Amino acid sequence: MTASGAAVAGLSACAGKPENASGTEGSGEMTYRTNPNTGDKVSLLGFGMMRLPFIKDKKAEDGRGVIDQEEVNHLVDYAIEHGVNYFDTSPAYCQGMSEESTGIALSRYPRDSYFIATKISNFSESTHSFEASKEMYLNSLKYLKTDYIDYYLLHSLSNMEDFRKRYLDNGILDFLMEERAAGRIRNLGFSYHGHKEFFDYLMSVHDRYHWDFVQIQMNYLDWEYAEKIKSKNTNADYMYHELEKRNIPVIIMEPLLGGRLSKVPENILAEFKEREPELSVASWAFRFVGSYPGVLTALSGMTRMEHLQDNLKTYSPLDPLTEDELAFLHHIAHLMMQYKTVPCNDCQYCMPCPYGIDIPGILLHYNKCINEGNLPTTSQDPEYRKARRAYLVGYDRSVPKLRQADHCTGCGQCNPHCPQGIDIPKELHRIDAYVEKLKQETL
Amino acid sequence: MLRKIRAVLAAIFFTIITLLFLDFTGTIHAWFGWMAKIQFLPAILALNAGVVIILMILTLMFGRIYCSVICPLGVLQDIVSWINGRRGRKHRMRFSWSPAKSWLRYGVLALFIVAIVAGIGSFAALLEPYSAYGRIVSNLFAPLYQWGNNVLAYIAERVDSYAFYSKDVWLKNIPTCIIAAVTFVIIVVLAWKNGRTWCNTICPVGTVLGWLSRYSLLSVKIDKDKCTSCGLCTRGCKASCIDYKGHAIDYSRCVACMDCIDNCTHGAISYSFRYRRQTPAAATETGGNPGSDTANGRRNFLSATALVATAAAMNAQEKKVDGGLAVIADKEIPERKTAIVPPGAVSLKHFYQHCTACQLCVSVCPNDVLRPSGGLLTLMQPEMSYERGYCRPECTKCSEVCPAGAILPVSAAEKSAIQIGHAVWIRKNCIVITDNVECGNCARHCPTGAIVMVPVRERHRYRHGNMENDGEDRTPALKIPAIDTEKCIGCGACENLCPARPFSAIYVEGHEVHSEI
Repeated sequence: MTASGAAVAGLSACAGKPENASGTEGSGEMTYRTNPNTGDKVSLLGFGMMRLPFIKDKKAEDGRGVIDQEEVNHLVDYAIEHGVNYFDTSPAYCQGMSEESTGIALSRYPRDSYFIATKISNFSESTHSFEASKEMYLNSLKYLKTDYIDYYLLHSLSNMEDFRKRYLDNGILDFLMEERAAGRIRNLGFSYHGHKEFFDYLMSVHDRYHWDFVQIQMNYLDWEYAEKIKSKNTNADYMYHELEKRNIPVIIMEPLLGGRLSKVPENILAEFKEREPELSVASWAFRFVGSYPGVLTALSGMTRMEHLQDNLKTYSPLDPLTEDELAFLHHIAHLMMQYKTVPCNDCQYCMPCPYGIDIPGILLHYNKCINEGNLPTTSQDPEYRKARRAYLVGYDRSVPKLRQADHCTGCGQCNPHCPQGIDIPKELHRIDAYVEKLKQETL
Repeated sequence: MLRKIRAVLAAIFFTIITLLFLDFTGTIHAWFGWMAKIQFLPAILALNAGVVIILMILTLMFGRIYCSVICPLGVLQDIVSWINGRRGRKHRMRFSWSPAKSWLRYGVLALFIVAIVAGIGSFAALLEPYSAYGRIVSNLFAPLYQWGNNVLAYIAERVDSYAFYSKDVWLKNIPTCIIAAVTFVIIVVLAWKNGRTWCNTICPVGTVLGWLSRYSLLSVKIDKDKCTSCGLCTRGCKASCIDYKGHAIDYSRCVACMDCIDNCTHGAISYSFRYRRQTPAAATETGGNPGSDTANGRRNFLSATALVATAAAMNAQEKKVDGGLAVIADKEIPERKTAIVPPGAVSLKHFYQHCTACQLCVSVCPNDVLRPSGGLLTLMQPEMSYERGYCRPECTKCSEVCPAGAILPVSAAEKSAIQIGHAVWIRKNCIVITDNVECGNCARHCPTGAIVMVPVRERHRYRHGNMENDGEDRTPALKIPAIDTEKCIGCGACENLCPARPFSAIYVEGHEVHSEI
């Protein structure tokens, strides 16, 4: 289905026609941005290799899932064909298989036709040593079948202590700077999830390390509200302007918040569609980040061909937001803040839970029910019965019983991994208590 | 006409009773749960005098229409027999008269009563017709129904509908399943060949109602003047109770199916008042000396029903008495010393003596807690285990549906105060000890607050009197569960939700006699 649909779409795209009746743009060229330091011409759409498609219900011998490599190749082919040239992976992604999969897909093309971004994801204590961290770097080269990396990131900096343990004390940052000097790392930067103060610190040491780029979480919700959502995070507008000031290229992650900015509550959807009935909700989020000239590329974890096609349409070429549209998105962000969703972007960093809980599954189902109005607050709600059934039946469908929130032990081993700073056990226990109320009908 | 009415009524009862065992959502129970409660033996065991009296009066008035309409096992045999008959006239008219096998009927009945009095529920359950049928449906057909439901649930999920939800299908108890399958095969074979053999030789309910129906007000009668002795009635009688040569009908075996009325081409058979025009000659037809036989029969019947009633009454008294050896069911995981039975069961003793193992509660349990036990004396009678779910506070379904009074009705509020067991903590399995992590999931889910979390103490250190690091803990102590058995109701939330696997670090032991907090 997907393959044939894509083929049809591919043909029509080759013929230079809009992909469907509603598409009036997207037939043009991809928008590119130039890296001021290296002159790289980077596509505004970057391919995030964090949400690669897996073969359903298939398990390898070691218990891990199996990536649908054929589909990955197909997606990469289509992306490259339509001008995407930036691919962002990490040793941690997709149960540790993303780099290898990315390597397989990309090595079929000339090495100079694309940019690779990967990271030093030495989160686990066992990888803090210099040797282990260096091995991670060398493995990345091996898996990606290359002898240099275009964009190399210190993965998810969040606080001083962590920074020191992972990169300073073991001397790996010095090593990486040597590698940069030797040309095996063309750009060295970091991705950031943390407090404003530490971000300021990292900016203050720019002269010492010379960050070639920085990857931040930016979208119209986090622009002004990141701190409000979780106090440990920094508003995107602050970070963007700090980086712009220093002429550091900005790479955007979570432009769509893992889909939270495309699957929106009905009344918000109505506002979007009223304004631009033919545009996808997701396209607004991509236009938002693309409209800032300091942005080198916006990463999107595209699991399905439809995601890729829609994003390509948005950025081929980019139609920057007008002042009015920008104001409209700020208004939307304000509306979204009224919904008490859990800010989970399904990045899976918290997984696997040692006790088998499907953390993102539980949180996403909860969010989905909030967005669909299936989260009754009292049994007096006119739609109470319908909503209750939708929540409970949908819960069992989304998450197997043994992986639901009631099995969370509260051990807290997940918490340090959440880039969004969600107190996962607390949220799970809250949701569990809510589900209990639904089941017992004591709302 | 009468035959059609009987067939339609039977079809309605049969379908709905079958659905009672298939419908795991409890929707049908809300409307037709009474159909299980009017089953004869369950009603006796529940000391449901009203129902028993009505059924007796019904039989005394109309004959064994209970067996033809209300009893699902009887109707099942009719269906099998009818299917065979559809193959052609030869097959439809395949029966012949046979003398009653009284010694077998009374023998089985006596054994049955002894089993009930002795509390060997499993033997009684084996013979009880309604329960045998319940087992057949819940063990053999419910899985098919659930798979069908799961297909619908799968489709519903695809079209974003919440109309169906999927249900785990699992083998609850192998011996029970085998017994159900064997019963089914035996019933089908007997019915295929000889119609109502089971009802008229084995079935204890059939035997008891047979006595009654000998004196029924209305009965099928052969008009000797019109009868041409063609034998059609006998050859079409699945109960083998018509002796066309003697123009006699064995009313203890006649299930009032009315087939013979339609079969008779000369209108010689009618369903009418038995005593209206009774002549001495006609009375003789029922066999031998009319007066004394009737008196004997009456005495027999009275003593037999009295016996059944006494057995039930004795049980009712015994339920208040403590003591005796509890039946311990063999459990694999975890090994419980005492079985757990649902709130409303009063005590193991009361439960086992009333339960006819019909599996109705097992069929409706939404949390997969109830399943037939494998213990010899309680074989097929349900018990609880918490590896798939726990006895949720809002659910009282088993107590609502039980037709035999083995699980008496309780409200959700009452249930939350009935102690059916108590939790036991197993140190070596607890993840706080083994994994050195925080947990407390048992305490978090205890509906009665019976679990308190207390700091771990390294017991051996104190025991040997030389504590390392002077008893000072540098890190905040992890907490382990401690159980207040005074508050614990044995619902199994802790056991089910305990993260330790495969053996929970906290499990429930049953109580022989349930008590209230």
